[in-house]
Amino acid sequence: MKYIDEFRDPALARRLLEDITRRSTRPVQFMEFCGGHTHAIFKFGLRQMLPPTVRLSSGPGCPVCVTSATDLDRAIALAGVPDAILATFGDMVRVPGSRGSLQEARSRGADVRVVYSTLDALQIARQNPDRPVIFLGVGFETTAPTVAAAVLQAEEEDISNFYVFSVHKLTPPATRAILDAGEVRLSGIIGPGHVTTIIGADAWRFLPDDYGMPCVVAGFEPLDILRTVAMLVEMAEEGRPAVRNAYGRSVRAEGNRTALKIMYRVFEVGVADWRGFGPIPDSGLVLREEYTHRDATRVFPVEIAPPAAEPKGCRCGEVLRGVVEPPECPLFRRVCSPRTPVGPCMVSAEGACAAYYQYGEET
Amino acid sequence: MKGEPQTILLAHGSGGQLSHELVERVFVRHFDSSILAELNDAAIVEFGGFNFHVPGSTNLQPETDNLKLAFTTDSYVIQPLFFPGGDIGKLAVCGTVNDLAVAGAEPRYLSAGFIIEEGLLLETLERVVVSMAETARAAGVQIVTGDTKVVNHGAADGLFINTAGVGVVPPGVHLSPSNLRPGDLILINGTIGDHGMAVMMQREGMEFGSSLVSDCAPLNGLIADLLAACPGAVHCMRDPTRGGLVTTLNEWATAAGAGIEIEETAIPVREEVRAACEVLGLDPLYVANEGKVIVAVAPQVAEEALAALQAHPLGREAALIGQVTDEHPGRVVLHTPLGARRVVEMLVGAQLPRIC
Repeated sequence: MKYIDEFRDPALARRLLEDITRRSTRPVQFMEFCGGHTHAIFKFGLRQMLPPTVRLSSGPGCPVCVTSATDLDRAIALAGVPDAILATFGDMVRVPGSRGSLQEARSRGADVRVVYSTLDALQIARQNPDRPVIFLGVGFETTAPTVAAAVLQAEEEDISNFYVFSVHKLTPPATRAILDAGEVRLSGIIGPGHVTTIIGADAWRFLPDDYGMPCVVAGFEPLDILRTVAMLVEMAEEGRPAVRNAYGRSVRAEGNRTALKIMYRVFEVGVADWRGFGPIPDSGLVLREEYTHRDATRVFPVEIAPPAAEPKGCRCGEVLRGVVEPPECPLFRRVCSPRTPVGPCMVSAEGACAAYYQYGEET
Repeated sequence: MKGEPQTILLAHGSGGQLSHELVERVFVRHFDSSILAELNDAAIVEFGGFNFHVPGSTNLQPETDNLKLAFTTDSYVIQPLFFPGGDIGKLAVCGTVNDLAVAGAEPRYLSAGFIIEEGLLLETLERVVVSMAETARAAGVQIVTGDTKVVNHGAADGLFINTAGVGVVPPGVHLSPSNLRPGDLILINGTIGDHGMAVMMQREGMEFGSSLVSDCAPLNGLIADLLAACPGAVHCMRDPTRGGLVTTLNEWATAAGAGIEIEETAIPVREEVRAACEVLGLDPLYVANEGKVIVAVAPQVAEEALAALQAHPLGREAALIGQVTDEHPGRVVLHTPLGARRVVEMLVGAQLPRIC
């Protein structure tokens, strides 16, 4: 398959691995921010192929995983608004809030629908003009522009029953939060390829500038990731941190201006509640004042109880911050599995725990 | 969540771990049948002590005193009713024929039950029934009994079909995961994921996958050729429908207490299926098939078995994809093209497209 097979070539992978092994003289740890990278790294078995000096750790880049229990409880409450249809992406229906999940709400009668795109949710609104259709918008800068576009489309067509509950999050502030906390010693960041396609590689300049941290923006194929690791090893060895782009076929320095323009026309930056981190200022996207009539949380003020305590023993928060690896959690595989997920990292395919579970390297 | 009554989730019907648990904890437990507990695609029931001949059978000797029948049932609740390469009717016949065939049986008679939502176009029903008749004819089975129920608008989604089927198991044929032996080779009769992706593309109206066609087909002819080509050496067969190739292989590994190794590059996947899976973030290893059979054979006959599959129109792209091993019992290990090895687990629920 064109543009896929070229980036999975075993001979080239071997050469990159030799290159990494030759250059790497001291232990380094790189964090892949993005859950898509975590998934790919496990799927292709890359961790076991790297030399022992190079460690990869997973970051908070799974949009489902970082959705807070409170936000999920609110989504479940919104699904209970009379006649409402709540539409969202697939994994969200399985994530446990503090009192159940959307799929459990659905089995008790709530109309919860899985869509593949925000435009599908808009279509549901067109087809059900008498019912409020609430789109639970999750995701990072990659998905937020499409949600913004749907809001603008709803405005243009005057589809008055389409609402958005935005729990969108921004990636650079979370990366800052990890580095500021200093809980995990990192030698470099594997930049999220899809997010950076939107925000542009320049958005990561603060990493070398403020933290002396190398960053390489990576694609999602094995050779993309290995090349990224090779570049990070090189910068770490030479002590010359910079932002470099190993995903040139998608990412530009300035990003996708059109997408950003649409995104900021509809949303503005605000505080967001991250699972594992708590509230991080300026790390979320909230609907602008002129779109409050689309804001599900304003139009349908639902009562939610304070969140129940986090499940005892669950270390999702630390997994999301890269402090521990999933097998270090006492619940992993014993109590917590994709069938009975205790924490969100076990639910989404992009979650570190699920990746470990699903693609566990042979032991 | 504690204290809330448990409810059935959609994921209980996805064919993954939750489905398995539901079957074990509710059905197997209460129906309490040793035959059911084997959880094969078809139940093998034996009628001993008789001396009779089944009309039309070529394989049964009149003097046979034990008649073995394979008996199975399946319900079809798919949307859309029509998809590239098939429809709910063709699927309902093929699915039951294939469940019998992979048990080593010659499929003979089917039942057909229809649950119809009021308002369905008569023309739609008739198209489905004509398709069932054509498929049954092609598979050499007769639909001999049936039932019709009409329910209120909203109580069903257009049309649900249940089919049951019986077939005759020739003497000497015994297929079961318990036959799997280290060294057995694993074959498949062609590309994986065609059905699941064709249906998904149609359902979601995704135009980039419009060239995808379901592999939905009756496999009894292919399987009869295979069994004739290597008598006694086929140890187990299964059609990897819901949950795909890896789910079925995991079922084998668990049931046999054996390990299974598969080679990713050896598994045939159509280019369009790979592309559609890449775009959506799905893994073809878990995508449904409706015209595929996985075969475990003794290593000595692997070449004959492969040749027999490839000689049949439904097996032209047949391939050797893996092997049973005495290492890592109960687990399926995939060799990636880059030389890594990883465990491939059964899915919990349905595969979902990625968000970001």
